Amino acid sequence: MTEFFKNLLRNSPIVLDGAWGTQLQNKGLEPGEIPDIWNLIHPDKVYEVAKAYVDAGSRIILTNTFGANKIRLSESLEFSSKVKEINKRGVEISKSAADGKAYVFASIGPSGKLLMSGDVTEEELFETFKEQAQAMADAGADGIVIETMSDIVEAVIAVKAAKTTGLPLVACMVFDSGKAKDRTMMGNTPEECAEKLLNAGVDVVGSNCGQGIETFLNICKRLHDASLRQVWIKPNAGLPTVVDGKTIYKTTPEEFARFVPDLINAGAGFIGGCCGTNPEFIVQIRKVLSGS
Amino acid sequence: MEDLKKLSEAIIGGDAQSARAITEKALSQGIDPVRIVHDYMVPAMNEVGRRFDCNEYFVPELLLSARAMKSCLELLRPKLASGGVKAAGRVVIGTVKGDLHDIGKNLVAAMLEGGGFEVIDLGVNVTPEKFVDAVKNMDANIVAMSALLTTTMPSMKTTIDALKNAGLREKVKVLVGGAPITQKFADDIGADGYSENAPGAVSLARKLLAA
Repeated sequence: MTEFFKNLLRNSPIVLDGAWGTQLQNKGLEPGEIPDIWNLIHPDKVYEVAKAYVDAGSRIILTNTFGANKIRLSESLEFSSKVKEINKRGVEISKSAADGKAYVFASIGPSGKLLMSGDVTEEELFETFKEQAQAMADAGADGIVIETMSDIVEAVIAVKAAKTTGLPLVACMVFDSGKAKDRTMMGNTPEECAEKLLNAGVDVVGSNCGQGIETFLNICKRLHDASLRQVWIKPNAGLPTVVDGKTIYKTTPEEFARFVPDLINAGAGFIGGCCGTNPEFIVQIRKVLSGS
Repeated sequence: MEDLKKLSEAIIGGDAQSARAITEKALSQGIDPVRIVHDYMVPAMNEVGRRFDCNEYFVPELLLSARAMKSCLELLRPKLASGGVKAAGRVVIGTVKGDLHDIGKNLVAAMLEGGGFEVIDLGVNVTPEKFVDAVKNMDANIVAMSALLTTTMPSMKTTIDALKNAGLREKVKVLVGGAPITQKFADDIGADGYSENAPGAVSLARKLLAA
């Protein structure tokens, strides 16, 4: 683990941020629109999301760069040549919102392609993630978070690619498959994922997205026992339901925050939220922490 | 019939090469292709689905078995067709408008092909009009839609409405799936069926066409 994390974790748990995509949707992001391009066309709205998390007390915020890789952006004629620029602006926007009050970890999401089906090669994935990570490092990111990964093979490639920047690194998997919802889509357990990610050189392992915060206690404990490190946890606000054509996440900030002490007991050192969470969730997490 | 039991085993084990070789041999021995499919291949895929349901198999195993199945069907389909045996059904599949996710959709397409369906893959970000045109032009009897985003789920209803307006709704069974989709949502928008996983989509498609 890098000195950066060792120093940071003296004051653990570290409160992270919440969702970006669902926040941007509230600000007018259209269905199917690529959120990352808002770094160029609506930087003010992206700044508002980042700033709201800083104001809520997040000590690490992420960036609006989850899908800003060559493979995903290739679906957009206008923006496919702007991978570096979108990542650079993403980091700059978050840094300016953080204003020295929070660290900025740049977000790398999956390619959206399945290695096994031959839609993409390992070399293409490595180059894709390396290009994205380098743009983030050049723009001054404090670290990189590889998140929402369903395929451990792809996650390991992303870790190796991001590792070339020398930045502190976090990698998170989604465990939403199997009866106990404790496997990745490809069938890997938390133990297998932790081992492979650590071998690839990651500093912190974790889990995000998933099936609602209650399922994270078991996953967090197992990632902690397998990695012997404090775990990065960012659950959804439950599974989305559609009411009158509107998407609703049913877990309230208070319900969500109630799980925080148990997560800490299970080895979480970094706690925030994924889809459906917002700055109020961060405020409630901090409230629970200050009371404990 | 020792050889054909091995065909089932090869499909369950995801060994496309062996499965294809055994199929080739069986056909050269004059074994009825319908029997090969019904007595050995379909039960093998059912077993794959069962193993998926009890967490013995995950996506990688599904893909390998579907590939083995598809490889055998390439050999069998001309024989089945010349014997007057039709495909299990013709499916038009796509990820709905505004949604660019293709992993789940591709997996369902592979499993349906493995299950003996003809599959026409329209890709991602498929507009209701494109679904309607494909049903019309390809004479499909199943429409399978995928959505991975809560924001694109409503496109499923728009597509069903477009099928209604084109007078094609009665002609097709509509299947929906994807992470945010639920049975209740499927019922609410008037789809014929929902499956939470790819093997389930195959048995559902069969059941709906038989009904």
